[in-house]
Amino acid sequence: MVILRRVQDALGWVPRGAVPVIADIVNLSRAEVHGVVSFYHDFRPEPPGRTVVRLCRAESCQAAGGEALADHVQNRLGLKFGQTTRDGSFTLEAVYCLGNCACSPAAVIGDELIGRLTPDRFDQIIASAERVRR
Amino acid sequence: MNSTTVFIPRDSGALSLGAERVAVALMVEANRRRLDLTIVRNGSRGLYWLEPMIEVATPQGRIAYGPVAAEDVALLLDADFLHGGDHRLRLGPPEDIPYLRKQERLTFARVGVIDPLSLEDYRAHGGYQGLTRAVSMKPEEIVEELVLSGLRGRGGAGFPAGIKWRTTLQAASEQKYIVCNADEGDSGTFSDRMIMEGDPLVLLEGMTIAALAVGATRGFIYLRSEYPHALRTLSEAIALAERAGYLGNDVCGSGKAFRIDVRVGAGAYICGEETAMLESLEGKRGMVRFKPPLPAIAGLFGRPTVVNNVITLATVPTILERGGNFYKGYGMGRSLGTLPIQLAGNVKRPGLIEKAMGVTLRELVYDFGGGTASGRPLRAVQVGGPLGAYFPESMLDLPLDYETLAAKGGLVGHGGIVVFDDTVDMARQARYAMEFCALESCGKCTPCRIGSTRGVEVIDRLIAARDGEKQRAVALLRDLCDTMTAGSLCALGGLTPLPVTSALRHFPEDFGLPATAWQER
Ligand SMILES: Cc1cc2nc3c(=O)[nH]c(=O)nc-3n(C[C@H](O)[C@H](O)[C@H](O)COP(=O)(O)O)c2cc1C
Ligand code: SF4
Ligand code: FES
Repeated sequence: MVILRRVQDALGWVPRGAVPVIADIVNLSRAEVHGVVSFYHDFRPEPPGRTVVRLCRAESCQAAGGEALADHVQNRLGLKFGQTTRDGSFTLEAVYCLGNCACSPAAVIGDELIGRLTPDRFDQIIASAERVRR
Repeated sequence: MNSTTVFIPRDSGALSLGAERVAVALMVEANRRRLDLTIVRNGSRGLYWLEPMIEVATPQGRIAYGPVAAEDVALLLDADFLHGGDHRLRLGPPEDIPYLRKQERLTFARVGVIDPLSLEDYRAHGGYQGLTRAVSMKPEEIVEELVLSGLRGRGGAGFPAGIKWRTTLQAASEQKYIVCNADEGDSGTFSDRMIMEGDPLVLLEGMTIAALAVGATRGFIYLRSEYPHALRTLSEAIALAERAGYLGNDVCGSGKAFRIDVRVGAGAYICGEETAMLESLEGKRGMVRFKPPLPAIAGLFGRPTVVNNVITLATVPTILERGGNFYKGYGMGRSLGTLPIQLAGNVKRPGLIEKAMGVTLRELVYDFGGGTASGRPLRAVQVGGPLGAYFPESMLDLPLDYETLAAKGGLVGHGGIVVFDDTVDMARQARYAMEFCALESCGKCTPCRIGSTRGVEVIDRLIAARDGEKQRAVALLRDLCDTMTAGSLCALGGLTPLPVTSALRHFPEDFGLPATAWQER
């Protein structure tokens, strides 16, 4: 787990090729290590886009306009949850509570936690992420 | 000239609303004006609709301003806020704000008040007095103090903490562990996070007292990966406590060793369940274990292990400092002490409210919360996280008490309350509960793994069904819920029926059903 966490944090995903290497280090079978990787939501099997948008879809955020926001975000990015844009710039993920429920709706965009997110604010943040890239 | 102290929260909720930009703006502006000021990064007072809320220390006490945006900083300085000057954002002394004044803060007494990473500040506000007393007591005496207090686990199950400790104390073993459950997976909850970011030393102190009580030498904090700020604060706090001899080979001259490590989870709701958490700590998939054996007897690596929630452990120092009798002076029935309640969702004044147990939902949602944020009529509240029941407005006079809520088909859980206005579709909420269970099931037992997926289908069918066919779908859903309740190994499968059946019972019209469709049997 600790090693997988490091790989995930360093790369943003856990490549298939890392599994046998880790299995050797911790003296477990590949199947066992693969089992651990596939169990946890954090360990991504594929590389994410350059900016990852993680939108909270749990109850408090639902109650505070999160569903309309989710529609807006999907339209703006042209993505459904779990998808990455073809040019590799954005990944959209659903999360279930960020512990920021008193500032719902909440999301993590890149590394930053955002509270009381509105469609307008979302567009601003995405636009500035796109600008930085150019 | 004396330096003025300004408090700007480092709490991640406040940061998510721009507290960092406020701090930077203030530094830049103060530099430009050659003002001498010290910025302390405190926790949040928990008045989130006022965040970022900053406070300035004046000779008359602290004066709060909020919600402050970076653009307000120059104007605040113009208004001489450093001396408590008047401004439209001025809130007055924070303790006088009714939301805070009406609380009974024991566990949260220091949160938002002190610098979370200052041992001096911590001690000046009563910190480490509980541990100092515990060091002079026999393990049995510590345990009995906790039993006396009536403190029940705040993670969800509400099991008496003292009884759990007693079991571990009596289990003979060379090696015992203290595991702090900081997975805080319940939606609508954030009190663990606020403690870890706003007063991390109290958690370490509580764990250390637990260690002395049961004879453990190693502790782990299992922290969810969604909390990077808490990780940073905890790690620094552990280093501080080690350097000062509150952790390490000789805790406070007791001759006893205790060390704490933080382990970060990897995004799995089920790892909040204590046995799944132990599996995860051992590096495995987070599969729920069969009980017995209890973790208190055979837990981490098969050794006796106390698993307690952050709030449970953070409440221990107060109990040791002021005594079990003092603590049980709060509360009602068998729900003793105070509960840090988290108010969220569609509510005007969301935040952290610590009150003696027995406070009613109505007081919390209206007196504290001010009703819905949208201004529309309140339709439902969900109490106790994703496995908690939905209650209609007509039931808001229920007190927050373990037994009362259980009798009404609900639970206190980790103390989260989520408010919904009249735009909510309760059939959709019921469907979501099943969906969430399907997504997070560890897969060990069939009623949970298969039942939840079937549950989503059956609810879809129920919603789509024509009048004549509805009753059949209801009967099917009822059977399915009964099977999940009876046949699941843990509370994920076992309690998912609560939100579902409460939605059906109290809001049948959202399923296109007559009011009597969900008769009690
Ligand atoms: C599905 C599920 C999720 C849970 N999540 C948490 C959690 O996030 N945090 C927590 O403290 N307890 C959680 N619990 C409760 C723990 O199993 C356990 O009761 C608790 O950690 C014991 O500590 P306490 O007695 O101090 O509450 C969960 C239980 C279940 C069944
Ligand atoms: S009820 Fe669900 S989560 Fe709990 S042990 Fe069974 S399958 Fe796993
Ligand atoms: S429910 Fe969205 S942050 Fe908690």
